Amino acid sequence: MATTAPEAPAQEVGAVQAFTVTLIVRRFDPEKDAEPYWQDFDVEMYSTDRVLDALHKIKWDQDGTLAFRRSCAHGICGSDAMRINGRNRLACKTLIKDLDITKPIYVEAIKGLPLEKDLIVDMEPFFESYRQVQPFLIASSKPEKERLQTIEQRARFDDTTKCILCAACTSSCPVFWTDGQYFGPAAIVNAHRFIFDSRDEAAQVRLDILNDKEGVWRCRTTFNCSEACPRGIEVTKAIAEVKQAILRGRP
Amino acid sequence: MSTETTMTPTASAVHHHQFDVVIVGAGGAGMRAAIEAGPNAKTAVISKLYPTRSHTGAAQGGMAAALANVEEDSWEWHTFDTVKGGDYLVDQDAAEILAKEAIDAIIDLENMGLPFNRTPDGKIDQRRFGGHTRDHGKAPVRRACYAADRTGHMILQTLFQNCVKLGIDFYNEYYVLDLLLSELDGERRAAGVVAYELATGDLHVFHAKSIVFATGGFGKIYKTTSNAHTLTGDGVGIIWRKGIPLEDMEFFQFHPTGLAGLGILLTEGARGEGAILRNASGERFMERYAPTIKDLAPRDIISRCMVQEVAEGRGAGPNKDYVLLDCTHLGAEVLETKLPDITEFARTYLGVDPVHEPVPVMPTAHYAMGGIPTTIKAEVLADNETVIKGLYAAGECACVSVHGSNRLGTNSLLDINVFGKRAGKYAVEYANSADFAPLPEDPSKEVREMVERLRVADGPERLAPLRKTLQEEMDKNAQVFRTEESLGSVTTTIQELRDRYQNIGIQDRGKRFNTDLLEAIELGFLLDIAEVVVFSARNRKESRGGHMRDDYPDRNDADYMQHTMAYLVGDLHSANPEDHIRMDWKPVTITHYQPMERKY
Repeated sequence: MATTAPEAPAQEVGAVQAFTVTLIVRRFDPEKDAEPYWQDFDVEMYSTDRVLDALHKIKWDQDGTLAFRRSCAHGICGSDAMRINGRNRLACKTLIKDLDITKPIYVEAIKGLPLEKDLIVDMEPFFESYRQVQPFLIASSKPEKERLQTIEQRARFDDTTKCILCAACTSSCPVFWTDGQYFGPAAIVNAHRFIFDSRDEAAQVRLDILNDKEGVWRCRTTFNCSEACPRGIEVTKAIAEVKQAILRGRP
Repeated sequence: MSTETTMTPTASAVHHHQFDVVIVGAGGAGMRAAIEAGPNAKTAVISKLYPTRSHTGAAQGGMAAALANVEEDSWEWHTFDTVKGGDYLVDQDAAEILAKEAIDAIIDLENMGLPFNRTPDGKIDQRRFGGHTRDHGKAPVRRACYAADRTGHMILQTLFQNCVKLGIDFYNEYYVLDLLLSELDGERRAAGVVAYELATGDLHVFHAKSIVFATGGFGKIYKTTSNAHTLTGDGVGIIWRKGIPLEDMEFFQFHPTGLAGLGILLTEGARGEGAILRNASGERFMERYAPTIKDLAPRDIISRCMVQEVAEGRGAGPNKDYVLLDCTHLGAEVLETKLPDITEFARTYLGVDPVHEPVPVMPTAHYAMGGIPTTIKAEVLADNETVIKGLYAAGECACVSVHGSNRLGTNSLLDINVFGKRAGKYAVEYANSADFAPLPEDPSKEVREMVERLRVADGPERLAPLRKTLQEEMDKNAQVFRTEESLGSVTTTIQELRDRYQNIGIQDRGKRFNTDLLEAIELGFLLDIAEVVVFSARNRKESRGGHMRDDYPDRNDADYMQHTMAYLVGDLHSANPEDHIRMDWKPVTITHYQPMERKY
């Protein structure tokens, strides 16, 4: 019984056939290339494979120089946000079968952040915006037990606690593309998470920060961010709620 | 931050830094240590990833603490469950600390802002989890504090948020590849670490008084695993190569409910909320194996039962090679509010909607119980008694041992908080009383030579097939059930792979974001670690907790009621592991609970 996974028979019942997919990847190596360029790769895939699997196949079987970030491979660590067929998505949450495989799949780095190599961008400006909104609980009391919070109070900011800081939203925002100073959706989402937390005492500080000329008013409600979020956060709604709170002068 | 920059003749730039405390790893244990150390000593955290990418974020179900918010509970019951869950190989003084300090650890996190789910009266809500019981095994108890099914995500975010608040210095995407030890006052002490910066290919020497290893696990020695691609055991491997022993490496946990064929984790919290495991005929088979707590038996037991059901022909699906996790009776609301992430995982990756149909599952390599031996102050041990001054370890990479031969669910998020905090506290205490141990002459030499050799390596062997063979053979031969024959077979495989690894070639010769090079280095660690795991498993000729030997099916307290201690001796590269691994034992600390038969 030492073998826990029995040897697969040559043709498993209900087995699906592999097929060839063409990936067209935007490459850039600053040590070699003056400009980015597109390169084609053909890979054998199954319909339930993810785009991340295709990138791994390229890297492991064809071209070890291909550079991209990844870690958990199931949509929770936020490493592998990239533009897939022109849309920001996590490579590990995008199944081949959900794309039109009669056409090549285009893969490139997310936009609006400095390109470092292939699919890797410099995340520092993104995290700098995040840090600026004071993304941590500010509360003066030091209770001996937990602070109490009702189920309803907890539910008020549940959606924005899901953020994994992948930058899919921020780097899908046309305002962010043209104005890198804009805080961007992810920073606002993380401000929202504390502004509407009943335990927090510094909502006003964050509302003031986001009332800045590079704050929430730059948002043009194009909904790109909500569509891009791999966690299903209603990003545009969260931004709208922060705008309303600024106008009201309180959460 | 660099105090000096030097260029070596072969052109790896080397930068030098000095800190009181250096923490390696920015998952839960590392950041919890940083929160303790940062305000009290000059502290740096070095991580191969951005901190929020760490695998703590993938933990789902909860963190145990006997708060008794929803029903009677006590830390003493929690201690007992932990000891029994670990099949009595737990050091009971450490388990007492874990269970007692759990309560403050939860309150700390709540006070730091963690958005726990709440009870109707506004307290932290709690739910059931495998192996956690009322009054020494009488019935399941609600002990797991949780935030939907993303408790680990919320812990990681909350700890990162508080590190931002404290202005902790992070060195992100820096791969620590060597530990520096040196003599001071006649004792071997920690002196620093050497890191490789992914963005530039530069090397960094960090001179420090205290060093905390919080580098996580090494599930990537297996093919089917819940672990991230980056969990390649670098930290544990570095410790091993320094001749520091590794404890209880044969004990690896296989989580029962990985998505079949993929290994992606579905939390035990699902069963805590009432989900049921069924075989092909729909039978709730755990009733046969663990009549009292059924589907909430500990993970080692459930995984074995699942594999047995499949082996005896009762598996589900076209190939009868998995069992089913039935959540359909929980209702859409419970799934959407308490288990939303796993509901989505099943929909996304298997196209199965848990609201309407049962989910195919099989065990997935999940957690290393063993690792770097430490004291209850998180100090690293050089043998059964001697502490290496200035060196600490916490979290999955460490072995205190609070998990013994099998960890209970929700005890790892607890472990990282309790022992991460302890590591930070004692690292500062030492740093504030000690001098810097001197750096060795040319401290970056070993890493520089390794990097420069691999960057131009043009041998015929490719990384991916070597790694794939390792992972597949480990799944086949060193998974839930093991025998002398299976372990012998994988030993031979590892020997061959280690030989072939010497002739490896990579393709990326660049310095910027050379992930090809880093994967080659990671594979070296995986091979070393797998060898220790298998060697330790062959040496333990009994079955206990996560280590099931088909050829020695019973627990044997007379001979094996002790921790394994594996030492690297002689030439790491010698072909036969017997020529470079020495096995020893370490007594188990028993305070209150004498070993008993483990029944649920």
